[in-house]
Amino acid sequence: MVSALSNIHEYLWLILAFPLAGVVLNGIIALVAERPLLLPADGHGHDDHGGHGDAHGGHHETPAYRKLVAFIAPGMIFAAFVVAVLSVLQLTRMPAEARTVVQTLFPWIQAGGLSVSVALQLDPLSSVMILVVTGVGFLIHVYSVGYMSHEPAFARFFFYLNLFMFSMLTLVLGSSYLLMFVGWEGVGLCSYLLIGFWYEKDSASTAGKKAFVVNRVGDFGFLLAMFLVFWNFGTLNYTDVMAKIPSLQHSGILTTGLATAITLLMFVGATGKSAQIPLYVWLPDAMEGPTPVSALIHAATMVTAGVYMVARSNALFMLAPFTMGTVAVIGAATAIFAASMGICQKDIKRVLAYSTVSQLGYMFLACGVGAFGAGIFHLMTHAFFKALLFLGSGSVIHAMSGEQDMMKMGSLRKHTPITFWTMFIGTLAIAGIPGLAGFFSKDEILWRAFSSDHGSPFLWAVAAVAAGTTAFYMFRLIFLTFFGASRMDKEVEKHVHESPFSMTIPLMVLAALSICGGWLGIPAALGGSNYFEKWLEPIFEGGHKAAEAATEAIGHGAMAHHDPMEFILMGASVAVALFGIAIAYYLYMVRPEKPAKIAEGNPNLYRLVYNKYFVDELYEWLIIRRIVDWSIWLWQMFDVQFIDAIVNGVAKTVRSAGDETRKIQTGVVGNYAFSILLGAVFIVGYLIWR
Amino acid sequence: MIAIPFDSSQVMQGIASIAPEAILVCTAITVLMADLFLAEDGKWLLCWLSLAGVLAALGEVYLLGSSRIVGFSGMITSDGFGMFFSTVVLSACALVLLMATGWSERAGTQKGEFYSLILMSTTGMLIMAKGTDLMTIFLGLETLSIPIYVLVGFQRSRMTAIEGALKYFLLGAFGAAFMLYGMALIYAATGTTKIPVLVYMSVGGGMAGSSLFLAGMGLLLVGFAFKVSLFPFHMWTPDAYEGAPTLVTAFMSAAVKAAAFAALVRVAMLLFPGVSPAIGPVLWVLAVLTMTVGNISALGQNNVKRILAYSSIAHAGYIMVGLVAGDLLGSQAALFYLLVYAFMNIGAFGVLMLISQKEDDGYDIHNLRGIGFKYPVLGALLTLFLVSLAGIPPTGGFIGKFYLFSAAVKNGYIWLAILGVLNSAASIYYYLRIVVYMYFMTPEGEVVTPHTPPFGYALALCACAAVVLVLGMIPGAVLTMAEQSVLSLLM
Repeated sequence: MVSALSNIHEYLWLILAFPLAGVVLNGIIALVAERPLLLPADGHGHDDHGGHGDAHGGHHETPAYRKLVAFIAPGMIFAAFVVAVLSVLQLTRMPAEARTVVQTLFPWIQAGGLSVSVALQLDPLSSVMILVVTGVGFLIHVYSVGYMSHEPAFARFFFYLNLFMFSMLTLVLGSSYLLMFVGWEGVGLCSYLLIGFWYEKDSASTAGKKAFVVNRVGDFGFLLAMFLVFWNFGTLNYTDVMAKIPSLQHSGILTTGLATAITLLMFVGATGKSAQIPLYVWLPDAMEGPTPVSALIHAATMVTAGVYMVARSNALFMLAPFTMGTVAVIGAATAIFAASMGICQKDIKRVLAYSTVSQLGYMFLACGVGAFGAGIFHLMTHAFFKALLFLGSGSVIHAMSGEQDMMKMGSLRKHTPITFWTMFIGTLAIAGIPGLAGFFSKDEILWRAFSSDHGSPFLWAVAAVAAGTTAFYMFRLIFLTFFGASRMDKEVEKHVHESPFSMTIPLMVLAALSICGGWLGIPAALGGSNYFEKWLEPIFEGGHKAAEAATEAIGHGAMAHHDPMEFILMGASVAVALFGIAIAYYLYMVRPEKPAKIAEGNPNLYRLVYNKYFVDELYEWLIIRRIVDWSIWLWQMFDVQFIDAIVNGVAKTVRSAGDETRKIQTGVVGNYAFSILLGAVFIVGYLIWR
Repeated sequence: MIAIPFDSSQVMQGIASIAPEAILVCTAITVLMADLFLAEDGKWLLCWLSLAGVLAALGEVYLLGSSRIVGFSGMITSDGFGMFFSTVVLSACALVLLMATGWSERAGTQKGEFYSLILMSTTGMLIMAKGTDLMTIFLGLETLSIPIYVLVGFQRSRMTAIEGALKYFLLGAFGAAFMLYGMALIYAATGTTKIPVLVYMSVGGGMAGSSLFLAGMGLLLVGFAFKVSLFPFHMWTPDAYEGAPTLVTAFMSAAVKAAAFAALVRVAMLLFPGVSPAIGPVLWVLAVLTMTVGNISALGQNNVKRILAYSSIAHAGYIMVGLVAGDLLGSQAALFYLLVYAFMNIGAFGVLMLISQKEDDGYDIHNLRGIGFKYPVLGALLTLFLVSLAGIPPTGGFIGKFYLFSAAVKNGYIWLAILGVLNSAASIYYYLRIVVYMYFMTPEGEVVTPHTPPFGYALALCACAAVVLVLGMIPGAVLTMAEQSVLSLLM
């Protein structure tokens, strides 16, 4: 209130307004400047005009509008990032218990007991999210300017990308489940549009549809959860819901059963958006989209929305031990299952896709054992190093003129040194090498999986094996791509080049973050102060309190007493990672012919893993076929013979009634007047002699 | 005889309460005078002049605000309710004038009397919306009607125009007589025409036993029913709408309806509760019959203008649902709907005006074939307006209908809501039929070439589209405004 700057929270809405402005501007530019690209695709061919031919031809000189787009799109995100940073800085200056700022923009829906305002909520949790989303988002926007420079539909791409940023920020900044749902659907739409960005390609448009449909299954769960929350709490605002938990617990409305139902349904939504078992199948296919999209949406931000939702609802989850167990088990299972699928993939982006699924599994494992802070911590570090790895792979693909098969790469280290070094740092980070970001966050999760009240040694073991697998397949990727003999096509090899600065600078920034990002959360055992966890504490202590109220406090001060154990486990997980790297080194550097032999030796196992355990085929046979058969039956028996008959009958009747009523309209004034008189007589007559 | 003391502050207050009307009348006279002095190629100025007058009046409405100013011994009151309807009427008028800029030459309405008639009629609407005495309401009604009769027949070389105007005039006189007779009976029963006094007398069913009073209310209702075209008083509507220049049709359907409903809502909210057990079923039947007849008659039409005429009848029925509900929510929904309706209907007429080459035959639905893909912006706009009229999200039409029907449900009129929704479903047929013609019918010869809209015209269409969409997604603010204005009425 003293000065404009100290009042930055008044301007929270700018974080949404900037990307929205980008959406509008880029949308207009796309409509105006890239219309020739749209028209023939309509399929209502005015091909005879032939005007669009030159649009596909080479651009010798960058048209002005593309420069404008290249400026607007990242610029708007940068502006949002600046506002986000200022807002969070001010938040840090506030006392810890007062760090929840709600800015109501305008009333939105008022129906019966439901009253929802469009309001933004800035607190420690959402502040982490907006920093990650705008920060990493900005870097990826800059990268995209270089990566998409040969793309005819340049403005359309950034229109979608800005729209995604707007939706994602709505998701994390909204102050109620309903607004989260709006953002949730918005990012889903953008994901669909961007996966299918090259919609002329059949596989791309199919992958887009698959992502959309699978996500709808999850969304349904989220919707039901929202209905349950509204029904029982009478509100959808986070603060109100959290505030009502104790009283509803007291009055017996909020039983463990209800909490379990709500949270399980929410988790169904999370498995869809965050690609967990059983709804993970869409994410690998989503790699059909342009690589920056994979980095932004399918690694760093959107897919973590499920984790954010679970963390946001931690107070509810803590009341439902069964859900917590489910989340932890699904998370651990996904982590190892997806990691094992990453071993045999040949497509560089698919390896990273399975790796993402696996890392998301870690985050859910963390949430499931009650270590929400660790989950969000891993969410952040993962955003850094996975965005880096995806962008690096994009740089590789760019250098290879679009080739994605690692079997046709090799020895790229010499040609693309910056890409190599940055990706190498990212790989070290994801593998959990001490000192880098991934080490701190992953180790925190492993430790809590072991030591927490909800954890168990078994969960720890699964996660540790998955960590070793991760180290193996990531180094396999590095060795196949950057080391060894070249397996490139001669033609491709001639054109191999390092990417432009607009692409390599984001890589370098992300590499720096992948190194330092973890230092925010150095655990006490290693002499750090874990500032990150302290920052998030106000969000998660409510959940712990509620759980204690429900189960007579078992006491979870376990961490302090097990210091030696924490060191042992830390050592074990580093050893596992080094072991994974060693195997990768042996198989792909020392004896490069060995992997093929192993595959030949176990043809069935190899086929099983290479074909992703035939899960897609299983779903196809078990669910899709059944639904299709059932709908065919419904269509032919029920729809045609029953519904259509009724509808057509009604329509016929109504139309003939229409023909009858038209006859009343004689056009003769006398008749009109008579009808007025008749009406008046009826009304007055009724009123008097009723 | 006692001499009435002259109180200058009372007079000033009275003038303040009708300041927007005064501005409109002055503009109307100025336009008429200016017409005499302007050369033929300077006539375009008239339209902008009128527009400026309307905007000034709109500004004055907001300067007055929602504070209560009682003028002329309670004949007229400027309050939140009047402000809401003044906004609706004046925006409708401004949109139509904006469309007329650069269009009037083509339609042959580039004349001083055209604009001054529109302004005079708008004045009548404001008076009607703000009248707190039955006599003022009647005065407003006549002031708005007589210019409209002339405007309907403005293109006097067209047979349909003359026919529509004459029918409207004859029946309008007939309908007005009923209303006046109703007022006379109410006066006979109570000795007053002031609405606040009537409320005082009839509250708690004090007058429910008087046949004279009941008959008066019935006839009053007939008069209103004629003006907002409820069944069976709607017969003039298609003929008058078809005959009028389309600009005028758009104006009538949006503004006249809003003004007439303004007075009807005022009477219904204040006087009907006193006779509610008797009048409730009448309103119920009127609402259902009006929706049904309007929609069913629209199904078989091939002239788009007539389709929209019947659709406007059906919409009067929907709005009546809010009045049947009779509570705050119902009236609030009716107000909201009237606002949305003004924008979506003017928008729809606006697009159709561009597409059709001439009056009458130009509005045949077959002319729309192939328009959708060849002129995507026009196609998208018309689709948006029709979708909103049909009540499909994310448009303001949906929100309006949603609140109307939920008001009915809330007050226990489940069947009314069901019939309303069924009607709504039936109406989708004829709205989408227009869309189907635009996108899925191949034209026999060349696709019709629509006119390129002048700047003001395009601006008006964009404004309509923006309002329809914004009200469909964030209706909160306008709903609150409607609620406030109904509350100011009940105060």
